[in-house]
Amino acid sequence: MSGNGSNEPIIICENVNKWYGNFHALKDVSLKVKRGEVVVICGPSGSGKSTFIRTINRLEEHQEGRIIVDGIEMTNDIRNIDAIRREVGMVFQQFNLFPHLTVLQNITLAPIWVRKKTRKEAEAKAFELLERVGIREQAHKYPGQLSGGQQQRVAIARALAMEPRIMLFDEPTSALDPEMVKEVLDVMKTLARSGMTMLCVTHEMGFAREVADRIVFMDQGQIVEEGTPDQFFTNPRNERTKLFLSQIL
Amino acid sequence: MATEVSRPTSRRAPRQQIGLIEWLRKNLFSTWYNAIITVILLYLIFQTVTSFVAWMVTAPGWPAAFTNIKLLLTWTYPVEQLWRPQAAMALVLLLLGLSSGLWGGIVRMVAFGAAAVSVLLGFVAFTFPDLPGQTSLPGWLFMFLCAGLLVGGDQAARWIGVKLRWPLIVAWLLSYPAVILILRGGLGLPIVETKLWGGLILTLILAISGIVLSFPLGVLLALGRRSSLPVIRIFCVLYIELIRGVPLVTVLFMGALLLPLFLPGGESIDALVRAIVAVTLFSAAYLAENVRGGLQSIPKGQIEAARALGLNVVQTTLLITLPQALRAVVPVLVGQFIALFKDTSLVVIIGLVDLLGAAQNIVGQPEWLGTPGGVWRETFLVIAAIYWVFSFTMSRISKRIEDQIARSRH
Repeated sequence: MSGNGSNEPIIICENVNKWYGNFHALKDVSLKVKRGEVVVICGPSGSGKSTFIRTINRLEEHQEGRIIVDGIEMTNDIRNIDAIRREVGMVFQQFNLFPHLTVLQNITLAPIWVRKKTRKEAEAKAFELLERVGIREQAHKYPGQLSGGQQQRVAIARALAMEPRIMLFDEPTSALDPEMVKEVLDVMKTLARSGMTMLCVTHEMGFAREVADRIVFMDQGQIVEEGTPDQFFTNPRNERTKLFLSQIL
Repeated sequence: MATEVSRPTSRRAPRQQIGLIEWLRKNLFSTWYNAIITVILLYLIFQTVTSFVAWMVTAPGWPAAFTNIKLLLTWTYPVEQLWRPQAAMALVLLLLGLSSGLWGGIVRMVAFGAAAVSVLLGFVAFTFPDLPGQTSLPGWLFMFLCAGLLVGGDQAARWIGVKLRWPLIVAWLLSYPAVILILRGGLGLPIVETKLWGGLILTLILAISGIVLSFPLGVLLALGRRSSLPVIRIFCVLYIELIRGVPLVTVLFMGALLLPLFLPGGESIDALVRAIVAVTLFSAAYLAENVRGGLQSIPKGQIEAARALGLNVVQTTLLITLPQALRAVVPVLVGQFIALFKDTSLVVIIGLVDLLGAAQNIVGQPEWLGTPGGVWRETFLVIAAIYWVFSFTMSRISKRIEDQIARSRH
């Protein structure tokens, strides 16, 4: 199946279950994400939200349920996993840039080795992306020479260089100094408005209110509530959601 | 209206430097008993140094090392074939020069470090008095030739540019067999059997072979030890722990005495090859553990980021984890290479005559029997100096590489 119809969900998770040993980390998590939709996942720490988005590109293995990404079902077949990973970009809390490579090399590495682009093509694309995230002049520096906010923007550019259909953000601003959060969120907002399908685990409620199409609230490994930002912030139905919102707002 | 933002002014740091006199008073003569200890120690140091210098100047045994420099450096390598070690050295220097010009940076430092030592050595090595039938270039001429090849190669490579990259890599891969071919002969060159080799040449061949061969083997063992396939992992663990559990001498004896019993035609395996195999197998086990330390220091997030980008396991290892792991363990690896270089002197035990072996033989020559006190002190000091020059150069190169890496990620 192709899954390329525009109304077809691009991510389908059905009854996903995961255990760490005896700990039941994800309990029957089901979620459909439409093409171009921006979904923010929030919830208290330990609620399984990071684990959940990491199952979507198989950084975590799920034990039960189905995950279908852009028409490809996640199985143990390494070819399927690699095919999905090529379509899904990820941005991490700790940036995870490669410290031994320059900014430019960080961005061009995967396009050259995975997409088999020429160095010239890959570098042209990299400069374009660096321009977009506003740090073109840092291209030849090493990650260690940049501020946290700049590093995270490089990480976003690195993920985008693979031209993914979906972007996963795993608490992208949690490791940043407060004055750098905005520059990263601005890049994410621009990306959201450009029509990218995004799944963001974040505590930035301002961001969620402004750009999310849908907010998913997780607690203890379950999706407790989901809805539009309006519904979610002004009229939460579940007691746990109300408690969570009262603590962070 | 723009408001004036007042910026705090920075002050200069207070002066930390103190004069020599003040330093002396503060550190060496602060109390009366410190002063006494200082004086006593100064006297002892003075005594030791002066008596050592006096001995150095008057020692009768120096000629032993210097008249036998040919034996120390090449042992019984035929006099009429001595141009061949020179040719081998010239080849390596040319390659070093080309690499230096092409890659610059760390490679240039390594090239010139290695070259400085070998040019110096080339000079000393072939300055020995004319021997009948000698075919090598005189030392001073050879030194200029080496320097010329190095600098010329450097310039030529800069002029040619990146086109040279693959030819040069291939040339380096072929350089090892080429050097062996030049030294040992074949393809029209008269054969010089390895049992005639010895002295510093043998030490260098053992050390360089050991380093070059044990490096890939050690890296593979390190990766194997972290493999998810139990058969590979268990094999690597067993190998590493077995080798690390026995002394090098044991491994050398195994190679020299037991190997021929097990292998078909084992007796005919060259003694030098057996020693190289033993040194390599031994060194690889230690190297594997050092590299594993480096691999373990790589945060898990690095691998996750690489996998999330779609790189496969092999690409992740070769492009992400291994380069970082090796950078992290450069000092340890160089330390191990220095140890290996010095440990090669143990091959004396299985009958090879390396630098140390040659020195032992020279000390026993009948002509020095009349020298009061014998000549072993002077001779061994000379070879200690040779070992030191090589080890020190390696450690300086390592320091430079570390600095370079530190600069790129401050």
